[in-house]
Amino acid sequence: MRTLLGTEDLDRSALDGLLDDAETFLEVLERPIPKVPALRGRTVATMFFEPSTRTRLSFERAAKALSADTLSFSPGTSSLSKGESLKDTVQTIAAMGADLMVVRHRAVGAPARVAEWTGLPVVNGGDGAHQHPTQALLDALTIRRARGTVEGLRIGIVGDIAHSRVARSDVFAFATLGAEVTLIAPRTLLPVDLTGWPCDVSTDLDAVLGDLDVVYLLRVQTERGGASVFPSLREYLRRFGLTRERFARLRPDTVVLHPGPMNRGVEIEAAVADDPRALVLDQVTNGVAARMAVLFQLLGGADA
Amino acid sequence: MLDLVLRGGRVVTDSSVAVVDVGIAGGEIVALGGHLGEAATEIDCSGALVGPGFVDVHTHVREPGQEWKEDVASASRAAVAGGYTAIVAMPNTDPAIDSSPIARFVVERGSEVGLLDVVAAGAITAGRHGTRLAHLDDLWDAGVRLFTDDGDAVADAAMMRRALEYIGDRGGVLAQHAVDPSLGAGAMHEGWVSSRLGLTGIPAVAETTIVARDLLLVAETGCRYHVQHVAAAGTVELIASAKDRGLPVTAEVTPHHLTFDHTAVLGTTDPVYKMMPPLREPDDVAALRDALRAGVLDMVATDHAPHADHEKDVPFEEAPNGVTGLEWAAAAVNTATALDERSFFEAMSAAPARLVGLTDHGRYPAVGVPANLVVFDPTVTWVPSETMSRSQNSPYLGRPLTGAVRATVVDGRVVWDTGGGADAP
Repeated sequence: MRTLLGTEDLDRSALDGLLDDAETFLEVLERPIPKVPALRGRTVATMFFEPSTRTRLSFERAAKALSADTLSFSPGTSSLSKGESLKDTVQTIAAMGADLMVVRHRAVGAPARVAEWTGLPVVNGGDGAHQHPTQALLDALTIRRARGTVEGLRIGIVGDIAHSRVARSDVFAFATLGAEVTLIAPRTLLPVDLTGWPCDVSTDLDAVLGDLDVVYLLRVQTERGGASVFPSLREYLRRFGLTRERFARLRPDTVVLHPGPMNRGVEIEAAVADDPRALVLDQVTNGVAARMAVLFQLLGGADA
Repeated sequence: MLDLVLRGGRVVTDSSVAVVDVGIAGGEIVALGGHLGEAATEIDCSGALVGPGFVDVHTHVREPGQEWKEDVASASRAAVAGGYTAIVAMPNTDPAIDSSPIARFVVERGSEVGLLDVVAAGAITAGRHGTRLAHLDDLWDAGVRLFTDDGDAVADAAMMRRALEYIGDRGGVLAQHAVDPSLGAGAMHEGWVSSRLGLTGIPAVAETTIVARDLLLVAETGCRYHVQHVAAAGTVELIASAKDRGLPVTAEVTPHHLTFDHTAVLGTTDPVYKMMPPLREPDDVAALRDALRAGVLDMVATDHAPHADHEKDVPFEEAPNGVTGLEWAAAAVNTATALDERSFFEAMSAAPARLVGLTDHGRYPAVGVPANLVVFDPTVTWVPSETMSRSQNSPYLGRPLTGAVRATVVDGRVVWDTGGGADAP
């Protein structure tokens, strides 16, 4: 594996391999000294061109747990504000001696362009509404640890699919791992044409709720002006939110995931968010291990 | 003695395609026939078509205001290399061509460069802002016959109606960049590719709603109306129906919309495939090809839209819209559609010349006709690898094409000759 730009091209054995490595690294993270020397002397540059705290910190924590050095780029304090292009910026950081770049950018395809411009291994840390592959890995890891396997599970992804890079990555990863995926959203939040997506679609959460093994709630992007794609946050909660009443109708072993940050009271009621079957904090912990697995495979590989 | 003889080509005239020599003197055709005598300059046209020089009703020369992308000189060089003898400069310059001094400036720059006829289109609204009419009478007096806010639609129905009324009174043509701004705010065609990539899509109805509305206004006002860069199959149906009803409607299609579909964006998300309107679906491409063959779409226009490397070397969504195309438009059309000789020259030359009233262009070879001609070999296959434009944002660079311009003659002067015999301008 040279880059990780999305989940569409990852086959079953690649995903299983990453998840197996991630389980190993989870064990490392529980040690008294949660660190291995696997990537000593290597430098991971986190290039986050759009604001992010949790994903950046997670990648940096993963790099450091593998003993890699980190270079951290933020747009606010950089020469981007002086008009430097993305291409010049990433080539400059590459010239400083980065061995791998994690790229988050608001524009679709930006990480692929960075890989082309720098020749470096690139991990997509989220590009527009396109892909966020390490989120899919940590989600799959979380489901696997909670339910023993992803294979054969019925997973419902609820919310703003159209604008979600998480949904695009999860659908392909979950399906490749053998899950039955259903997208659940009003038509205004669904992509226009789902040709080639390995999933079903429903516009009625209540109709499918009782069948689900995993309820994956997407964040309602209130900053995108939700009112233009659905009538109001109140009505969204009523039709697509995971309320206490809906939670009570889930099977006893059904788990709830959310990529964070949560809008309590919009897509998830607070009491549900705090239930032990809501695995939001497990996802965060597993995210560090999943990203360790990715960095290890891209930089260290089998010969490290 | 003749100034120039085009020797042994298949000459496409009003009535036939026949192998004859074309003799030129004093800027016009003076003889058509076998084995014409010697001339000061001769061009071997064997195996090639000789016909009226191409006319592009949709060129962005970028001057004044964006000369780092293109200027009249570089656009002229690219145009004659592509077989064009006249181009119509789009008014979305800086400042816009919304008044006569700017229009005259562009035309004069074309004359100074001296390679081919450069004429100006005028804006419909002042500054292309869509709020009040441009100086339409001044533009008319400066020779402008085609009016467009190209780059933006005239979205406001009341403004469009008023413009149709005013320009219709003068006998001019109102050309519409038919993309509804409220539906057209995306980066590519709305379909399965945009859905997969997470890019905001531009649905086909962004185009068809504007055309459908305009056609109702055209029926009411009687103004000549021209749809620019048709990209959606639905627009073809609207135009066909309007023509059946006898409305004064014409339409153009670009080489790239005849060649590529939205799947080109998949994979690399290369901004060289980003333009407005966007590349649509294979069914749209097929409908456009059929419509050009059937004459429902009247002509090819390049929408030659140069952008500098640094402007296109960015992520897809951040890149400006547009591709260059003057130099290989004819080759791309020939490759994509394989039109018969007569339809090819209608689409590339005669129809666009009629649209803008260029009486010295788009005329099939005959004695007494101005010598604005192209020598085009429709069989040779080649790969474009360099460009005369200042910009190189073309998806055709590096792609094999069938058909090549061998020579271009403007006013009896050889302005492009792949044999190396072009006259100095």
